[in-house]
Amino acid sequence: MNKEEIIEVLKTIIEPYSEEVTALAHIDENTDFINDLKINSANLVDIVLDVEEKFNIEIDNDSMAKMLTVKATTEIIAQKLEAHAG
Amino acid sequence: MTTQEILDQLPYGKSFLFVDELLHVDENGAKGTYTYLKDLPFYEGHFKNYPLTPAVILTETMAQIGLVCLGIYLLRNIKTDQNISLAMTSNTVDFLKPVGPGEQVTVTSEKVYFRFNKLSCKVKMENAAGEVVCKGNISGMLISKENGE
Repeated sequence: MNKEEIIEVLKTIIEPYSEEVTALAHIDENTDFINDLKINSANLVDIVLDVEEKFNIEIDNDSMAKMLTVKATTEIIAQKLEAHAG
Repeated sequence: MTTQEILDQLPYGKSFLFVDELLHVDENGAKGTYTYLKDLPFYEGHFKNYPLTPAVILTETMAQIGLVCLGIYLLRNIKTDQNISLAMTSNTVDFLKPVGPGEQVTVTSEKVYFRFNKLSCKVKMENAAGEVVCKGNISGMLISKENGE
């Protein structure tokens, strides 16, 4: 799964947790979950749990703490998928 | 950790404490009771001449026993001087039967998950006759006073 494909899946996961219609329509690597999408900490946990389920990976506390932007989240997902495959 | 130690850590004042007894708590859930005394102030207005326990109070009772007591237990090994509390972040509750003044209720919770400080539980409340009066899912973020936001 390449970066673009990961972002596409990520978009569908994030959508239900944000009311920021404009920011959602323009999600890219630089989108920040808290500042741009106004997602609170409780919903960030839900997003991470959905990511685990959708990508069949496990996210640890350290990774979770870094998952604040689309870029960081995509990188972590890519790493975990690679570790999984190898 | 004893159930008394958990009760001692609850952050609520007398006017908003909805836990009398904590009967049991383990890694997977909590069970406790509360009796809505007849002179609780909200009965005067909810409703005029027809006192019933407000749904928000039932929800709060389920959260205090089912979620907060369990959360304090789950965090028992984390050393902190701060009081641990929980901010309810979402709930979906069905209310099946009314609860009147003077009734004792029993709340039982079952942990769905506890990840990244978010606790999510399936919670039910039963009346003295053992009938389920409300049930649902309640989630909250555990916070200590120091980093509470």
